Parts: sequence; C-alpha cells; structure tokens
Amino acid sequence: MSVQDLEKIFQDAIDSEIKIEPKNWMPDAYRKTNIRQISQHAHSEIVGMLPEGNWISRAPSLKRKAILIAKVQDEAGHGLYLYSAAETLGTSRDEMINDLHSGKAKYSSIFNYPTLTWADMGAVGWLVDGAAILNQVMLCRTSYGPYARAMVRICKEESFHQRQGFESLLVLSQGTEEQKAMCQDAINRWWWPSLMMFGPKDSESTNSDQSMKWKIKRKTNDELRQQFVDMIAEQIKLLGMQLPDDKLKWNEQRKHNDFGEINWAEFWAVVKGNGPCNKQRLEARRKAHEEGKWVREAAMAYADKKANQKKQEAA
Amino acid sequence: MENKLIDHILHLADTTLILAQRNAEWCGHGPILEQDIAITNISLDLLGQSRNFYQYAAILIGGDTDEDKLAYLRKEREFKNLLLVEQPNGDWGQTILRQYFFSQYQYLLFEKLQNSKDEQLAAISAKALKEIKYHLRWSSEWVVRLGDGTGESRSRMLKAIDELWRYTGEMFVPAAYETAVDIISLKNEWEQKVKTIFEESSLPLPENVFMQTGGKQGVHTEHLGYILAELQYVQRAYPNSTW
Amino acid sequence: MNIQIRKFYYGDIPEEKSSASTYKTEHDTTAWPLWEIFIRSKQGLDHKHVGSLHAADAQMAIENARDVYTRRQEGVSIWVVESKYITASNPEEAGELYEPAVDKIYRHPTFYNLPDEVNHM
Repeated sequence: MSVQDLEKIFQDAIDSEIKIEPKNWMPDAYRKTNIRQISQHAHSEIVGMLPEGNWISRAPSLKRKAILIAKVQDEAGHGLYLYSAAETLGTSRDEMINDLHSGKAKYSSIFNYPTLTWADMGAVGWLVDGAAILNQVMLCRTSYGPYARAMVRICKEESFHQRQGFESLLVLSQGTEEQKAMCQDAINRWWWPSLMMFGPKDSESTNSDQSMKWKIKRKTNDELRQQFVDMIAEQIKLLGMQLPDDKLKWNEQRKHNDFGEINWAEFWAVVKGNGPCNKQRLEARRKAHEEGKWVREAAMAYADKKANQKKQEAA
Repeated sequence: MENKLIDHILHLADTTLILAQRNAEWCGHGPILEQDIAITNISLDLLGQSRNFYQYAAILIGGDTDEDKLAYLRKEREFKNLLLVEQPNGDWGQTILRQYFFSQYQYLLFEKLQNSKDEQLAAISAKALKEIKYHLRWSSEWVVRLGDGTGESRSRMLKAIDELWRYTGEMFVPAAYETAVDIISLKNEWEQKVKTIFEESSLPLPENVFMQTGGKQGVHTEHLGYILAELQYVQRAYPNSTW
Repeated sequence: MNIQIRKFYYGDIPEEKSSASTYKTEHDTTAWPLWEIFIRSKQGLDHKHVGSLHAADAQMAIENARDVYTRRQEGVSIWVVESKYITASNPEEAGELYEPAVDKIYRHPTFYNLPDEVNHM
C-alpha cells in the first residue's frame, strides 16, 4: 500500500470518529505531535504537584491537609496515566523525563507562578484546574485511543479538584476581613495566568491547523478561553469577589463576556523560562530524579538477583 | 483514669500525625512516580488515623475543643509523639527504615489495642490495622530490597540503621498513661520480626545501643519545634478563623 | 507529510520556543520494566485492562497498581503482566481475522423467527 493510501485510510478513520490505536498506521507527524502533547501534558501534571505541594505541610486544618495531599497525589497519578499513554507511541518514560529535565520539553507555564498564601490553594483549584478541565473534557474525545482513555480517567478524578478549590475560597470569602483580603489577592494574581493557559490567540496562527484536522484538539484556544471567562464571571458572584479586569463586561450581542487583553509579553517570558519559578520547578524535579537514581537501581538489582536465583533453583 | 486515656489517645494521634507530616514531604519529590504515590498513600492513611484519634480525644475532653485545636494549638512540650517519627526523612532508605520500624511496632500494638476494653479505641485500632498491615508489607519489602540491592543501597541502609536504631527503644518503655496495653511484652516479638527482615536483607542488628527516650512525655529532639512551626503556622497567624 | 504545526495548546508548547539549557541529563542504566495492569472492578466481572506502570518486579507491580489504579475502590483483584510478554494481533490483518464472522448471522438468536407463544427461549 502506498503512503497516500495509508494516509487516506488514516484520515477516513479520523473523519468517521474511529479512534487510532497504537498498532494502527499513522503519519509520523501525528505520532510526534501526540508524543509531544501527551508528554508535555504529563510533565504539567508532575511539575504542577510542586506549587500545591508547597502548602501541604502548612494546610490550616487536618481536613484541608487530607484533601490537598489527595489532590496532589492524584496529579502524580494523572502524570503516570499520561506517560503510559505516550509510551504506547514508542517513546519511554526515561526519555520523556530527560527531555523535561534538559529543558527541551515544556510544561504548562502556569506552574511557574508561586503559591504565596493559603488562599492560592483555593484559587489554583478553582481557576487553574477549572481552565485545565475545559481542555481535558475536550481531550476525552481526542482521536488517539490511549490518550482519550487516559483523559476519561483523569476527568473522572479531576471533578473534585475544582470543587474543593471553590469551596475553600467560599469559606475564606465568608471569613474574617483578613481572609477575604487573602482570597481577593489570590484571585488577582491567578486570573491572568489562568487565561494564558489557553495559549495564544487563534489569529496568531497562520498555518492550517493540523491538530484540528486530526482531531487531537477539537476546540480552538479562543473558544475555550471564552467558555472559561463566561463560566468564571458567573461563579465569582457567589464569592462576592472581583476579577481584576475593568474591561470584563457582558456583551448582549455576542452573548458572551468581553474581556481585556492578556499581557502576551509576560506569557512569552514565562514560556521562555523567565517566569518567577521556572528555575526552582525544574531544579526540584531534577533533584528528585537524581536522588532517586540509587533507589531505582537498587530495586532493579534486587529484582534481577531474585530472578536469577529462581532460574537456578529451577535448573 | 479518664486523663490517662486522653493522654494515651493524644500520644497515638500525635505520633500518626507527625509521621504523616513527614511522609507527605515526599509528595512531588519521590524517587519514581509510582513510589511517590505509594508513600503519599501511607501519609494519607496515617493522617486519617490521627484524625480519628484526635476526634475521639476531643469528645473525651469535651467543651469546645476539636481535632484541629488539638493538632494546631498544642505546643512542643504537649506533643507526645514518639521521637522516631519526628526524625528527618533523610534519603529514601532512612524514610523506609523509619516506616518499617514504626509499622512493625504499630502492627503489634494495634493487634492488642483492637481488643481494648475501650470500645472506641478498639474500633479505631481495628480499622487502622488493615492499613498498617499494608504499610508493614510495603516497607519491609523495601528494607529487603535496599539492604540486598546494590553496594550503595546497602551502605545507605547501614547509615539509616545508625541514625534511627537509638529511637526504637522508646516504643517499649511505657509512659504512665499507657495502661491499656502491656507495651513491654511487645518488645521481644518486635525484635524477632526485625531480626528476620534484617537477616533476609543481610543487614546487621545493632547491639548495645543507648536508647533515647522522652517523646512520650513531651521531651523531644530539636526537630519537632520546626515541624510544628510549619504545621501550625496558618492557624496561629490567623487565630479564630474557619478554614 | 510536511505540515508545520504552529498552534500552542495546554501542555503543548512547541519546542522551538524553548529556552536553551546546559543541563546534562543522565539516562538510567537500568530502567524499571513496563507492566500492563488488569483490574477486576467487582466480584463476578472480568479483569479489564486499565493502563500500565513501571515496577522492578511482579510483586511491586501489583502494589504499584494498587496505589495507582485503585485509589477510589476501583478494584477487588489485580493482574499484572510485563508488557513485553503481550502479543498483539496486527491491525492490517483485521480483514482476514474478523470479517469472515460478519455474514454468519445464524450464530445470533435474532436470526430465528419463532411464534410469539414460545416463551423463555
């Protein structure tokens, strides 16, 4: 069969919503795009553990501590599901982790912002997880089977993440003056970075959008961002707080909220490694990996030793 | 009698809370993703146990106290946890060994506590026992793996034994409030079990080590103050707030 | 295929925008093998493939699966098998493997028309 034939079969499958599975023929670029996107998604989960893990030891009640530990641990699980999905495409976790540590592979920029107060745990859950969930729900229908299945599992587990964040802010918003101020401050700091999570504007892209054609991604950045703004603009009323954007206003004609311009210079600065925490985040990951090396080696050495003993006994 | 029971419950609560706090420090920093998740699970189990104990202690104490007041507003000298659990994580080997020593002890102890005359204490212990059984299995397997793994892992385990052994004696010296169980009687079995695991991993059992004590009476190592400073910070910075 | 993908998505930032790094990475000499995990969600049901993970040996694979895939009571039994021992059928052989079954409609109960009076069949 010619490559053109294979490509046609492949695109026909995608067009009729048939999932692509690991052993199916796929264009090289499709494989590469998926490896990149899934592994970067995985890295985002793993690096994303750090800003929230930062508050586990200081969570203000035992209940909140348990919730936070469970949530950060879920993120480890989600990273693991995603690495596994990427591994079906012929890469290895070791390789992906090396790409993260060398700075070659990226992760979501949002995690390069610091978590400064306890209220940030609520804001991250509500805004950051809220933004992530919109992407993730869409990705449950992505065309690559293992990725879609990992996302279904993740979405099921994620549903408590955003809820706990909002509930945590709700308590602060009904608390003391200091708690209210802490709540508003966290929203102020996390709002714009959350909007940046959806990526550059659609108009920035001139080329044909292959990812949409391949149904890896099914909604545009701007569509998702608008959906997010509309959702949050309603929810914040329940908190009695403000979003830090004086251009935010309901547009009756569009039936959507208008909102202000994102600071794209900041967006690119953070992507390029100049966010407040880029350096610390990567260093924390490298350190964990390097310090774990002897542990991984010892476990493998022991397993090999035991397997050999078994062989000898059998012989 | 009632005060003794309260102190005993608080000792059990503090010990599980502090170890949960220590293990949770690994969250996001484990040697491999799968084990990051595993140690965090153990942390969550222990935190759950401590909450059960604090809640029960709060009922016994009465008034307006609750689990958070007991965990967040008592001071260094009031904490009754074992010295072992407040020791720093060190490397993975030290964390594993600390968990193993404790789980082995906790297993034997809770087997007795589940038959305690105090129904609530018995119920909490019986529930926890299932978790402990798994912690014991997981940590003892890791001790063997590291003890009998590579040259490096073995020497790290030897160092961990050197760091931690001196905090194990305290477990079997009963405090005045530990009347529900004959703690001393657990010592022999604990040593036998540890000996078996150490033999399997070709690690030597230390002899004639001077044992540190005091945790059960609130006289701690210097580490506890820092743990509490972090643990209690928000509650103390914003008193009388709901979270 | 020579299509440049220029869009940026959550978790998908193109690598040409990367910052340079001088960090030297070191590959593990012995990475833990990959295991496929199968979980029985409830007594009476089949084990179902749920994903994979890394572990040094089978025992550890079961424990890791317990921690990774049953955090929310998703299972009562776990199977693990090292991924390299799975043999998969080839999708290109789908025609000869599965299509011959398509016209054997007499294997299905709905193929047979019976009078309404026949119950329990």
